[in-house]
Amino acid sequence: MSDHGHDHEHGHDHSHGNGHPHRHPPAPDIELSDRAKRSLAIQELLVEKGIVEPHEIRRRVEEQRGSPMNGARVVARAWVDPEFKQRLLADARSAVAEMGFEFPDDTGLVVLENTEERHHLVVCTLCSCYPGALLGPPPDWYKSLPYRSRAVNEPRSVMSEFGLEIGDEREVRVVDSTAELRYMILPKRPAGTEGMSEDELAQLVPRDSMIGVAEPMSPDMVQA
Amino acid sequence: MITSGRFQPGDVVLVRNDDPPHHHRTPWYVMGKTGWIDAVYEPWPNPEEMAHGQHNAAKIPLYRVEFDQRDLWDSYDGPERDRLVIDIFEHWLEPASGGDS
Repeated sequence: MSDHGHDHEHGHDHSHGNGHPHRHPPAPDIELSDRAKRSLAIQELLVEKGIVEPHEIRRRVEEQRGSPMNGARVVARAWVDPEFKQRLLADARSAVAEMGFEFPDDTGLVVLENTEERHHLVVCTLCSCYPGALLGPPPDWYKSLPYRSRAVNEPRSVMSEFGLEIGDEREVRVVDSTAELRYMILPKRPAGTEGMSEDELAQLVPRDSMIGVAEPMSPDMVQA
Repeated sequence: MITSGRFQPGDVVLVRNDDPPHHHRTPWYVMGKTGWIDAVYEPWPNPEEMAHGQHNAAKIPLYRVEFDQRDLWDSYDGPERDRLVIDIFEHWLEPASGGDS
């Protein structure tokens, strides 16, 4: 507890009676886990050695806090605006920046389109590369060894376990994301959605349909 | 269209079979396999140098390489039209003849 009449839950400016205001750091109100302590120690070292700037760490964390709704909005825009779709498929990074979604300078973004002839499935066999700014943090199964190893050599069985059957007349095209490019899928617009607004369409686009283990929902699934 | 590297879309390529002691981004399952260039990307910093703290790593050509799934896996039982694409840096690729693609 404080020795001068109030506690220090929050950092604030005050004086100790010597006329010199100064600032206390906030007192931690929870015990940090060993992992959290180690992570903080590594961050401090990286900053101290001039390898990264504090704002770069914050920016990366914030980018990972994206939500799959961001990706859904991009998909819906592409469904209603053919020129946007063209820009998205040609240079996804610039196209999504138009909508305010930023990727780190050292990561690219590629959007691939599902068609009547072709269905894409994204995996990162080496780790768990994922377009966090558009889809949020990757799901646990995406990072799991079984998914990473099986998506490449038995993609149809893996999709089937997610409830998605792709007919033999369509190519299944697995995308292994091994470099600095992040991949997102532009799914096929469902039938019966003519005349729906961009906002309504975005509600039909689950995260998994932008990874390739699901299709978008049909309008009656949303109303149900 | 980017044409910076030595390969163009459609070129048939062989992935080097190598096991360097350092970090790299070429998974074993494509090593020694023949595919073809699906897309040419702008050059990216070499992750093999980046992994060793070289923040000014040289930018090198990067390709999206396409494979017939049946060329990758003996056990593949999906349709013949199924494909796999993967990003591979240029120094892992060699020109190949279109024999098995």
